[in-house]
Amino acid sequence: MTSAETPIVRFLEPDGSFAPSPEAEPLREIVDELDDAALAQMYRDMAVTRAFDQQATMLQRQGQLALWPPSLGQEAAQVGSARAARSQDTIFPSYREHAVAKIRGVDLVSVLALMRSATHGGWDPTDPKNGNTRLYTLVLGTQVPHATGFAMGLGFDGRTATGDVEKDEAVIVYYGDGAASEGDVHEAMVFAASYNTPQLFFLQNNQWAISVPVATQAAAPLADRSAGYGIPTLRIDGNDVLASYAASRMYLDESRAGGGPRAIEAVTYRMGAHTTSDDPTKYRSKDEEASWGRRDPIARMRAFLENRGAGSEFFADVDQEGEALAADVRTRIAAWPDPDPSSMFAHVYSEPHALVEQQAAWLAEYEASFEGGAA
Amino acid sequence: MTFETMPFARAMNAGLRRAMEDDSRVMLMGEDIGKLGGVFRVTEHLQRDFGENRVLDTPLAEAGIVGSAIGLAMAGFRPVVEIQFDGFVFPAFDQITTQLAKLTNRHEGSIRMPVVIRIPYGGHIGAIEHHQESPEAYFAHTPGLRVVSPSTPNDAYWMIQDAIASDDPVIFMEPKSRYWQKGEVDTEHRAATLHATRVIRGGSDVTLVGHGAMVSVLLQAASIAEGEGISCEVVDLRSLSPIDYDPIVDSVRSTGRMVWAQEAPGTTSLGGEIAATVAERAFYSLEAPVLRVTGFDVPFPPAKLESFYLPDADRVLEAVDRVLAF
Repeated sequence: MTSAETPIVRFLEPDGSFAPSPEAEPLREIVDELDDAALAQMYRDMAVTRAFDQQATMLQRQGQLALWPPSLGQEAAQVGSARAARSQDTIFPSYREHAVAKIRGVDLVSVLALMRSATHGGWDPTDPKNGNTRLYTLVLGTQVPHATGFAMGLGFDGRTATGDVEKDEAVIVYYGDGAASEGDVHEAMVFAASYNTPQLFFLQNNQWAISVPVATQAAAPLADRSAGYGIPTLRIDGNDVLASYAASRMYLDESRAGGGPRAIEAVTYRMGAHTTSDDPTKYRSKDEEASWGRRDPIARMRAFLENRGAGSEFFADVDQEGEALAADVRTRIAAWPDPDPSSMFAHVYSEPHALVEQQAAWLAEYEASFEGGAA
Repeated sequence: MTFETMPFARAMNAGLRRAMEDDSRVMLMGEDIGKLGGVFRVTEHLQRDFGENRVLDTPLAEAGIVGSAIGLAMAGFRPVVEIQFDGFVFPAFDQITTQLAKLTNRHEGSIRMPVVIRIPYGGHIGAIEHHQESPEAYFAHTPGLRVVSPSTPNDAYWMIQDAIASDDPVIFMEPKSRYWQKGEVDTEHRAATLHATRVIRGGSDVTLVGHGAMVSVLLQAASIAEGEGISCEVVDLRSLSPIDYDPIVDSVRSTGRMVWAQEAPGTTSLGGEIAATVAERAFYSLEAPVLRVTGFDVPFPPAKLESFYLPDADRVLEAVDRVLAF
């Protein structure tokens, strides 16, 4: 079976019409429970994140950021899964999950600070206001076994599978089609299956690992891999926010109930560059980009909402929120202070470390020696 | 009775047991460490006594073991990982160096990484390829890690407990050739803190420094030298990162000569770092350059050749003769 033939969960056609695929029918109840406000919120999440993301790309062009990995095109996969997560859940992102970070409460200027290389982190995952969002991870796939270990701990501590859906915890870990080739991802799946972890492996297959197509990463559908480890897996239309929501909701709740790990392959498309450092025109065709442009996740949801009666006032309000967020982060990141040199020594170790302390003291003294001097 | 005589591996086992009794968040992970008790029996009976949720016979995947240990630490556990043999740590090298070592720094202190990686290391056991190596310098080179190596049962007993109690990641290098060596363990009082270097034999002519299995080689060399009228002071490094230089420098200031010994190849190794620092700090006391006795810069050879590769007392004494003749 080729990728194109693999059954896929889809509720919304690219034109926004509601037409559940056969694979979506078992999940239909989850979508039917979403009211207008919830549906509107998903659109808002996607559109506002896109405004932020496009602003961030411009900020990189203007020299404010060292690098920017755009989420452009992947908003539905991210928003649906993040809205499906419950407040007690823990999120292990890769480095492009800007919509997820926003939904979980992370101040997006922190993500800009990371990509400005003013910090290696940006926020405190243990602070409740950040919605249990762990830090971005830049070495591909390394966060996946962390998520599995964390989920193992939830099991050992009885923080899951008690039967209380509002309290039982689960974990989502995000990774991509490139990272899917990393050994860490596979080892994490071996552990997850063996220890029956409350965990959703959420793969955003955006078709490209920088310049290398998914066909080089996988000769068979990526969804077959997790299934091969004994992990129930769904392949979804990653540009359909309802499919992402419904599949993630069902799988997270099955997993938190003690069902063990689950996996989703969200078939989506990286409409922008991998990061601001590459040039997609060198490796992919205009036709391909145009084809995926017609499957834009935001246009699709907008058409769906318009068909349900959403008016121009709503969309104007969303646009305004996006513009306000973009303006806010633009102002704040431009004024972002460089970290104090002493900060590089501050948290290398948790406990006292004479060598690092000596080097910190030396640098401080050395720098002080220039004050008012020739240098 | 606070003193018990036991082999090194048994002392490790007793130290692990005590750490698990003292803190219910301590858990062990590794290949064959449960039912079998580890290939060196260091964890024998611990799964029986603490259960399968605290002593995990993991899948055979080192990156997965260390990666999931990191996640468990994020969930509030204190995992102690056993890497079965030195040469098998490399699949986990990325998780150790890019993740474990840097996570506290990346989080600007909002999380801690109390993970211990136990690595049985070194030669002298006649084993096949990848089973006799000394990879400690890779880890000592990595900011964010602490690296220690006990040389006696007493240190094994205490240092493993102190490593587990540390809120920083600790690479715990166990000289596997010493596992069967018996020694006295004081189960009530620790002799030194985790990162203290110790002078274990007094002397006045030459300072001999090393860690792990090399310490017994240095002691053997010192007693042979004594018969020849040469007085050697022996220093057990114990902590490879950070390095507690004061006892070494004090010793060299009194003897004026130093020989370092290690099993690992010499290039870009601990010996070079220590020799350079001693030269900086004790330059005017040195009567001779610091000499290093190391493994050769070749892959660890087939065990039938290990006696030619590993520094022994004769090679240490050859270096002692050279620093004295300088």
